[in-house]
Amino acid sequence: MLAKRIIPCLDIRNGMTVKGINFENVVDVGDPVELGAKYAQEGADELVYLDITATHEGRKLFADLVGRIAEHLNIPFTVGGGINHVSDAGILLSAGADKVSINSSAVRDPDLLDRIAGGFGNQFVVVAIDAQFKDEKWTVFVNGGRIPTDKELFSWAHEAQERGAGEILFTSMNHDGTKDGYACEALKTLSEKLSIPVIASGGAGKEDHFVEVFQEGKADAALAASIFHYNEIPIPELKSYLKQNHINIR
Amino acid sequence: MDVAIIKYNAGNIRSVDHALKRLGVSAEITDDPDRIKAAERVIFPGVGEAVSTMAYLRERELDKLIAGLTQPVLGICLGQQLMCQWSEEGDTSCIGIFDQPVKQFPAHELKVPHMGWNSLDRLSGELFPESLLGSYVYFVHSYYVPECEDSAAVCNYIVPFSAAMQKGNFYATQFHPEKSGGPGQEILSNFLKL
Repeated sequence: MLAKRIIPCLDIRNGMTVKGINFENVVDVGDPVELGAKYAQEGADELVYLDITATHEGRKLFADLVGRIAEHLNIPFTVGGGINHVSDAGILLSAGADKVSINSSAVRDPDLLDRIAGGFGNQFVVVAIDAQFKDEKWTVFVNGGRIPTDKELFSWAHEAQERGAGEILFTSMNHDGTKDGYACEALKTLSEKLSIPVIASGGAGKEDHFVEVFQEGKADAALAASIFHYNEIPIPELKSYLKQNHINIR
Repeated sequence: MDVAIIKYNAGNIRSVDHALKRLGVSAEITDDPDRIKAAERVIFPGVGEAVSTMAYLRERELDKLIAGLTQPVLGICLGQQLMCQWSEEGDTSCIGIFDQPVKQFPAHELKVPHMGWNSLDRLSGELFPESLLGSYVYFVHSYYVPECEDSAAVCNYIVPFSAAMQKGNFYATQFHPEKSGGPGQEILSNFLKL
């Protein structure tokens, strides 16, 4: 049976892993390759590396870093941040990334998805969507959750699928950072509406949240950052807890 | 050991090279027929799409070259599919080492592509000792080879399909051993030890 996936997410600035809340009070926590290898060793099924660098120099460092990650990691990894052109995705593919995550640039230029999927295959394209539930609807935001758009979560996710997304990574802004659990209801709707896998993000605080997101949220994978970085839930413990609760995991 | 990775218009070939390096083997990524023929092991990797890849291989006569190799050859993912007779993906005639069709997963409540970690069953051959029974490996594909007499490992997703195949000196995996953690490394290492 296909296993549910646990995906730690690492934020990268200037080639280093950083921790911080909403891009503020960001501190370096070490080498992304070593941290990634540690997670892989502990049983992470995949990794996501997000480049939060805004500078040209930082981008160059990130591409170099992707090459080093590819050399050392024996599990798949996705990279994201600042992919605005097909050529940006091509550079990351050549450097060894298995998938790219595209967020704001896809909202601004949806045709970018057709072009990247057409060039490199649907399996290479993860569309990340940040959305907020307010006034009875889920509104899609861009620029790290700072700018609302006129797009609605479910219709945008469906459009992304039709344009060639291989997976949807949905972050609920209402749940992100709360540690009160994932947006299971919206995830379930999303998962049932789409024919491609859904990665849940935002809200993980304890082991039961992962059980809920797989059982009730019907998610194919669950992503989290801080609980892994701060070792609040070690991956091996999480996986044995999921097994006890009859979730099929690797 | 002299290992050639066949270079063609497919994505992420380098990850196979990285995986071999982690096993202490330095491979050459090449489309030079003489280098490929002379190598002790040949790996035919692949992430991509059948129609354009077969066209690319035919143009360079790499299809005939691969079919005529006598050393151990390992096809990976699209590599396995192209080593079969025919693919439903674009109604493509393939290399024909395995006399099997490649089919598209039917519409189903389970999602397609089959993406992620799934387990291996019904193992046979040198690459798959019984110790690997039930091991999880990493798959990403929308087309599959049905379970058949050439299956060396079977995985069940919507239908039972060939997770790996073998016929004589030709070996193939639908999954990505280079991305499959410890079990993947063991399978690659078994291929090098043949």
